[in-house]
Amino acid sequence: MNFNLSEEQAMIKDSVARFVADDYNFDQRRQNVAMDKGFNPDNWQTFAALGWLSIPFPEALGGFGGNAVDTMVIMEEFGKGLVAEPYVATVLLFGGLLAHSGDGELQQQLIAKIIDGSLQGSFAYLERQSRFELSDVKTSAVAEGDNYRLNGEKTVVFNGSAADKIIISVRTSGEQYDENGISLFIVDADADGLNHTDYRLMDGQRAANISLNNVVVSKLQLIGELDQGFSLIQSVVTETTRAICAEAVGIMQKLTETTVEYSKTREQFGTAIGKFQALQHRMVDMFIAGEQTRSLLYRAVCSANANSDDSEKDLLALKVMVGRAGTLIGGEAIQLHGGMGMTDELDVGHYVKRLMMINTTFGDADYNQARFSKLLNR
Amino acid sequence: MDTNFSPEDLAFRDQVRTFFQDEFTAELAARISTTASHKTGIVEWQKILAKKGWIAPNWPVEHGGTGWSITQDYLFERERAAAGVPDVVPFGLKMVGQVIIAFGSEAQKQLFLPRIYNSDDWWCQGYSEPGAGSDLAALKTRAERDGDDYIVNGAKIWTSYAQYADWIFCLVRTDPTSNKQSGISFLLIEMKTPGITVNKIDSIDEKHTLNEVVFDNVHVPMANRIGEENKGWTYAKVLLAHERTAIAEIAKSGHYLAELKAIAKEEISGGKALMEDTLIQRRFANIEIELMALEFTELRVLSSFAEGKGPGPESSLLKIKGTEVQQAIQQLRMDLAGYYSGVVTGELSNEQIGHGFGDRARREFMYGRAATIYGGSNEVQKNITAKAVLGL
Ligand SMILES: Cc1cc2nc3c(=O)[nH]c(=O)nc-3n(C[C@H](O)[C@H](O)[C@H](O)COP(=O)(O)OP(=O)(O)OC[C@H]3O[C@@H](n4cnc5c(N)ncnc54)[C@H](O)[C@@H]3O)c2cc1C
Repeated sequence: MNFNLSEEQAMIKDSVARFVADDYNFDQRRQNVAMDKGFNPDNWQTFAALGWLSIPFPEALGGFGGNAVDTMVIMEEFGKGLVAEPYVATVLLFGGLLAHSGDGELQQQLIAKIIDGSLQGSFAYLERQSRFELSDVKTSAVAEGDNYRLNGEKTVVFNGSAADKIIISVRTSGEQYDENGISLFIVDADADGLNHTDYRLMDGQRAANISLNNVVVSKLQLIGELDQGFSLIQSVVTETTRAICAEAVGIMQKLTETTVEYSKTREQFGTAIGKFQALQHRMVDMFIAGEQTRSLLYRAVCSANANSDDSEKDLLALKVMVGRAGTLIGGEAIQLHGGMGMTDELDVGHYVKRLMMINTTFGDADYNQARFSKLLNR
Repeated sequence: MDTNFSPEDLAFRDQVRTFFQDEFTAELAARISTTASHKTGIVEWQKILAKKGWIAPNWPVEHGGTGWSITQDYLFERERAAAGVPDVVPFGLKMVGQVIIAFGSEAQKQLFLPRIYNSDDWWCQGYSEPGAGSDLAALKTRAERDGDDYIVNGAKIWTSYAQYADWIFCLVRTDPTSNKQSGISFLLIEMKTPGITVNKIDSIDEKHTLNEVVFDNVHVPMANRIGEENKGWTYAKVLLAHERTAIAEIAKSGHYLAELKAIAKEEISGGKALMEDTLIQRRFANIEIELMALEFTELRVLSSFAEGKGPGPESSLLKIKGTEVQQAIQQLRMDLAGYYSGVVTGELSNEQIGHGFGDRARREFMYGRAATIYGGSNEVQKNITAKAVLGL
């Protein structure tokens, strides 16, 4: 038993940390998210050159063959740097679906392009009414000979404005909430009948609502098995949830450090505010919340790597704590900065917003607590 | 002990309700909530209230106050909040107006009070400085005598709505040798005086509220000082207690909670209304219980006002719990909005986005962080309560 990183993992960690230190200070980040696509394409090429885009993909598909720890390491460092480049959307979600769906020609081709940095992707899984239910799918795909005709709308599609290709969850049979009968199709972003309404998210990243109006796709564009897309979605959402929780842990650590640092330099009543015990205890609570979350992260990562029966429970526990601890840490970070914490110029508010976005993504703390509770009786 | 409303009270309540229904139109509400027309909309509304005679209920009757009982005050606030009507901008009517009434000269009263009453001037509050926040008495902005004028130099920060303001009321240091509270004076300064610069501060709620106001050799007539030189702190202190009580916004929280109940009944998750979820029900219950207690705490504070006692240290309690409840409601609104809480609507319509309340949820949540910081942070309120109430 140990909690040490392998040599390779330590190298990944160092290289991401160095990138953040050298090329991703807060001003640079601000410029990056203001760019057309919501991120800096040059950074994306750097990620490709450094091999980061290949990490989660199996060697058979040209990847690095990384496991849950590798992804955790990179995501935690991204969290500390508040990196906005669409690693989650393109590599983990879009790439993850491709990788899990087999290693056919389509997968080989597209994953190679993800790895070399030339392809941006998205996974469109939400609808207006679906809230956190991944199986609440109304967007339809109706067979017509060798083709399918897609109609409906997907919402809050991460990276939906920059994606070259989008994987879409659609209903091919069954009723609105059924897990059975959901299929995945990959479509080109410029397909006829596909329109997107782009917007910014609070964390600076971009998303889009994507409407499908008689979009015709061939059956070759089906990802995975017809009607059996849901288990594929679950696998990928599970991995990505773990990854964004690692990102959250990085953010929590950063927010706690920033707040402690500020409290040492900000003086009121003739002394550093960090000398007030009332505030010391609050910062200790932030620290404890962050460490407890980190423990659940390690737990979830270990059980995933071991393919343990507990992995579902461990992940739900982690996601709940990321939400609760994130709310505490984010709130305190702003509060202890006083008026400064309210400014857009300071990075604190931006970290807090990303933490809040992570809480919501794939179901918030309340939602996942309810799911966790159901497991108690098993 | 009796909290029943008399038939007269109920008739008053109906009259207030009808007034808000008739006068606070949807069109006006829309203009107020649009950034570009916010100021003109607010001023227009406040002039309607002034015409009705209800703009400054708590002022003495000779200056336009209503002379209402505390029950009437309470009912008025409750109806206002329930109708979604914004509170009056506090800086003139609830802050500097009160100071001028209590400590201003006859000339100052005649000059300023009618203009405040009619919303002819927009006021802002220049207390905080970069080095003087919680420790307000550490303020450094200097005012030096020069004939019949003061010459003011320094900087104020976090000045809400300075970009709209015609006047600013400031705490300045007139005696640099005396320390802290004793060398401070209370000045009224016209914003168009040469030497004043207003710099915008961008904030996390994506709206423009905050500013830095810089004073570079600004001439202010001595006649614009309230009361005596070096006694400004005593005048300002009275205000702070008023401010705290106002920040609690309990009636508004009640109204917001009712709004959220309606949303929770409409929003569906997995085929069921969110309100059917027991966890959500409990969150509502927790907030509502706190709010029920607060309503009566407020009534207790108001009735001690009426007996000429308040506002005392218990105003800190209202501020602390009132803002905590606000934040719990803001968090709940965020959570009800789910993914949509993160969507920045920008120029898009609610129809294009798919949900109407996410953007608002986030802005209120983000701005709401400030309620535990301004008006004396909640930590400072606890220090005050520990000392003044518990005698620690
Ligand atoms: C949205 C907004 C609007 C504002 N509008 C105005 C305005 O119009 N006019 C105006 O003059 N000011 C305004 N303010 C300023 C506000 O009054 C100050 O922000 C507030 O007094 C806190 O000061 P500070 O920001 O310097 O924080 P600091 O005083 O530096 O406090 C930082 C943290 O330390 C804590 N702290 C400080 N001292 C102690 C202590 N002794 N014990 C325990 N904890 C302590 C605080 O509670 C806070 O959490 C506004 C502020 C905000 C955020």
